[in-house]
Parts: sequence; C-alpha cells; structure tokens
Amino acid sequence: MNRLNHLFATRKDNLLSIYYTAGYPQLNTTLDIAEALEKAGADFLEIGFPYSDPVADGPTIQHSSQQALDNGMTLNLLFEQLKDLRKRVTIPVLLMGYFNPIVQYGVEEFCKKAAEAGVDGVIVPDLPMYEYETMYAGFFKDNKLSNIFLVTPQTSADRIRKIDELSNSFIYLLSSSSITGGSLDVSDSIEDYYKRIKAMQLKNPAIIGFGIGDNATFKKACEYANGAIVGSKFVKLLESEDYLEKINGFIHSIRPSL
Amino acid sequence: MKYGVNEHGYYGDFGGAYVPEMLYPNVEELRQQYLKIINEPDFKAEFDLLLKDYVGRPSPLYFAKRYSEKYGANIFLKREDLNHTGSHKINNAIGQILLAQRLGKKRIIAETGAGQHGVATATVCALKGIECVVYMGEVDMERQAPNVSRMKMLGAKVVPACSGSKTLKDATNEALRDWIANPVDTHYIIGSVVGPYPYPDMVARFQSIISFEAKKQLFEHTGKELPEYVMACVGGGSNAMGMFYHFLDDESVKLIAVEAAGKGVNSGHSAATTFLGREGVLHGSRTILMQTDDGQVVEPYSISAGLDYPGIGPQHAHLYKVNRAQYTSVTDDEALQAGLLCCQLEGIIPAIESAHALAQLEKMKFKKDDNVIICLSGRGDKDLDTYIKYFNY
Repeated sequence: MNRLNHLFATRKDNLLSIYYTAGYPQLNTTLDIAEALEKAGADFLEIGFPYSDPVADGPTIQHSSQQALDNGMTLNLLFEQLKDLRKRVTIPVLLMGYFNPIVQYGVEEFCKKAAEAGVDGVIVPDLPMYEYETMYAGFFKDNKLSNIFLVTPQTSADRIRKIDELSNSFIYLLSSSSITGGSLDVSDSIEDYYKRIKAMQLKNPAIIGFGIGDNATFKKACEYANGAIVGSKFVKLLESEDYLEKINGFIHSIRPSL
Repeated sequence: MKYGVNEHGYYGDFGGAYVPEMLYPNVEELRQQYLKIINEPDFKAEFDLLLKDYVGRPSPLYFAKRYSEKYGANIFLKREDLNHTGSHKINNAIGQILLAQRLGKKRIIAETGAGQHGVATATVCALKGIECVVYMGEVDMERQAPNVSRMKMLGAKVVPACSGSKTLKDATNEALRDWIANPVDTHYIIGSVVGPYPYPDMVARFQSIISFEAKKQLFEHTGKELPEYVMACVGGGSNAMGMFYHFLDDESVKLIAVEAAGKGVNSGHSAATTFLGREGVLHGSRTILMQTDDGQVVEPYSISAGLDYPGIGPQHAHLYKVNRAQYTSVTDDEALQAGLLCCQLEGIIPAIESAHALAQLEKMKFKKDDNVIICLSGRGDKDLDTYIKYFNY
C-alpha cells in the first residue's frame, strides 16, 4: 500500500490536489513549492515534468512547460531534485507528463527512479491503456507505482469498467472534454455524466480535474467525487514574485475549512 | 500486405494510437468506421468521380526525355503537380471529406505546413459547404503568404499557431487541441501519413492512387510490370507512401525516400529525420523523431515548409528499420539547383519539396535500361519567392 492508497483509505471527501510544473518559475523551486503546499493543507501533489509539445494543455501550462525547459529542467534533473523529496514532504506525490520523455529515459528506469524518490503514482495522458497493459504495467507494479487513467464525458461505460480494473488508487475524471485551463462545465449533460459514474459504483475513488480553480468549482466537483485537482489556476499564481507566501491563502481560498 | 498495418495499428515496432483519453473516442470512431466506409460502393463511386472530374486524374506519368539523356536511364515523372490545387494533397483531402460527411461531421479542422494541405482541405470544404478551420504556424504563414490568401478566398478560417517553433508541428498541436475541445461534431483532416492509427493507414490508402496509376502507366509506356526505382521526397511522408504503396510487396523495386537535409545533416539546421532522429512518440504514434536526450522534440529546419517536420510516418519508420526503403537526404542548395534544372530541362517548375526528390538523381548510379519513377508531388508556384531570391531572377 502506497501513500495514495493510505490517503484514500482514510479520507473519502473534499480531497484537494494541486498540479504544478517542475522547474517553473525557477529551476530549483520544485521542493520549496511542494513543502509550502503540504503546509497549506494540500492532500496530494502532481508534479509535472515539462514537454515541448503538450497537446492536452492550454496556454498556462504550455507556458510553464516552455519556461521550465528554458530554465533547463530535464527528467534527470528532476530526479536529482526529488532525492530530498521524502525529507521534506510526507503527502502522496504523483509525477505527470507526456510519454516521449519517459520513453527516452527508459520506462523501466523511470519507474525505478520514481519509486526510489518516494513517488506514489504517475499520470501519463498519452500512454494508452492497450500499450500500458501489454508493455509497461509490470514496471509500474514492480515499483509499487499507481498509474492513473483519465475518464472524459465521452468515455464509454465498458471502457470505464476496464479503467477501474486496471487502476489501483484513483480515477481522474475530466470535467469536460477539453485541454487544461478551461472553465468548469456545469451543464445538465455534465451532471448526468457524474451521476452516471457515481451509479457505476467503481472500486476506485474518483477525483475531478480540469476547470477547478476556486471554492465554488471545488465544492461543485466534490458533490460528485472524492475530491478535485487544481492545475492552471495554481500555475498562474506562480507567476507572481512572492508566490511562496501566497500558497497558504490560495489553498484556503479553494477549500476554506477542513 | 507484408508491410501493412496490423490490427492494433502497428507497423512492426511503430504506429499505435498514443493519444490522451480526450481523443480516444474520436480516434476509435474512425478506427471502427474507416475501412467499412471507404469500401462502400457509394463512397468509391463518389471518390473516383471527384478524382477524375474535379482533381483531373489520372495524373500523367511523363517520360522525361532530357532528364533520361542526362542521367542515363528512363526517367518518368508522376505529375501530381498537375492536380487541382497543385499537389498530391488533394487526393487525401477528397477522401477524408467524403469520410467526414458519412460520419455526420459538421466542421473540419486541419494543420498545414507549406499550405498545400490547407489549401486542399479548404477546397474540399468549399466543395461540400462545410465549415473549415486551418491551423498554420505563424512562421509558415509568412513564408507561404499566397497560400494563406488562397485558403481565405476558399472560405476557410486560418488560425496562426504561435507556440514552439511556430511551424508544422505546432500547427499540428493546435489542431489536436481543437479536436480535444470539439470531439463530437468535428473531423480532423490530417494531411500526412502521421498521427494516431488509423490516420497513417487511411491517408496512405487515399494517396495510394498515385502508385496504382503509375504501375499501369509504366506498363503502357514500357511493357514492363515494374520499374527498377521509385523515388519521392519525405516530410511526414504522404506522397512517398502513395508513390510506394503498390510497389511495397514487389521487393525488386528499389524505393528511395529523400529527406530534407536543410543546411546539411550535421549543421544543426536540418530535417533529416532518419539520420538525426531516434525512436519515440510524436503526435500520437510511435515513430522516429528528432529529439533531445531528454525526449524534447527538436525544431527541424528546411527551406521547404512541407518537409520541416521532426518525425516521419510510422510506416516509413518501419520501412526504414527493416530496410525495405532507402532513406537519404539532400540539402537546400541541392534541392534548389535541382528545381532550376527541372525548369530548364523539362519546362516544369517543381515545388521545392519535390525538387528534393529530383536532386537525388544526381547521386544515383543507374543502368542504361533502368526505369525510374519520381513523384513530382507539387508545382512550384508557391515557392517562386524562394527561387527568385535564391537565384536572383
């Protein structure tokens, strides 16, 4: 049982996760931000490693990725930085990024290094289920890493069942079919989608992401899922000079009380 | 077909559909439908009719007498430059618009590099009265300004891609983002044999008309079933795949694919993917791409906007790896000189893309009776500015 499983075993609702890009805004702030987020009350973290062609991301995260690359961030360097991760951070941590950098690093080596650093799970939006299952699942399992799959309003029930079967920590529900950084869709059809998923009684908890950025959207998401993920809105906050001091206020603006 | 795609979308180690879940339903719908639709008699009839009456097919296989004298072999040019809209791109655009219609799609998006695919897509959208949005790198919009105007005249909206290198790969990223946001009513007409399965196979099938015709035409010219050589330029690789398609299983036919070396393969300004690239994942398929040790995609360079793509289609990656085709490259200078030579020997102004294939003639050692087919994939009108500047005309 990794930290993620432990978290979901003990906490069932209003979970808050934050995404940010490693190497942004400065190259060596990855752990400072993680530590500040834990202190402020975030329940788990998604640390993004940058990619030159992030097709599932909107302008905010595209910009943070490009800036991180310009700053010199690489997977090698990220694993260097993460050597101190577990000295400074106790909450679950996931790595999130596109598949090509992992292929170049070596999928097995990547999983090993992530586990050594104390990472609990990985989100790779463009690693499909078929390839994961037939080629790579063993590396994840050997290293006790959870692989997180995405579900969208267009994902079929059969496929959701299959995803639930392959998952062992949580399922990432997209609030709409969109790239990151959009606004929360609150239409009836989206509500139907959440209800449909809830009615499926999946074995894995569900966390909603994309379009969550304030208390209203967070609360809305938590009506239907075990928690929510904030990405672009937080990355935007990092643009300001004194972002480390603002993290506490930011987390409390999303989830005022616990 | 020995070199064709398997049921999971792979050509050997390459291919697949590495797309985020947001694109899965779109790609899956295509995967389930494309073969069924393109084999329907009604589809075939409309496709064939449009290729004949609208595109002007079959395109001639022209025996280039003066080239043949110069290079000591029988050189044939497959004249895709004579197609409506000026290149082979229209073959695929017609096929995909008919497919999109039958899938009930109301809106078309496309990426374009040189603008040829954008123009072809805008054209077929006008033909069918369907809304069209074309993504084009900001840099390409500048160097291919006439094609931007053409697309606008044809009723398309041209959206600049301002991220990354602001060229073809970034236009492709933007088109994919659009498709993620519009999964239900929109069809994405990819212009090359790249992208997630089934695109590489689908586009290759639509372009395979090139070699289907060429095979018959060569027989009419020479009484021979097969040529010794088939040559084409490769960016993503759609004209080459169309030109190779019906010769793939005829192993005696030597297939030569010419990449853009830019200012030289080792100059740091090149698009010679098989020389500079490594295996990885780009735009939804496992293929060979130019990248850093850290897996970041490298911005390619070629004077030809249609060839500066950092990857090649997965089927090309496979043909390269198993040595079925030979991949080579020519520089900007060699291509431009070859383009001028084509004007002066044959009275044809070729696209700079196609001029890359012609430049390879200089490096070949033919036997006297060899029959050689080269795909003249497009005409050079769009490149006049570049030619004029280079040669000071």
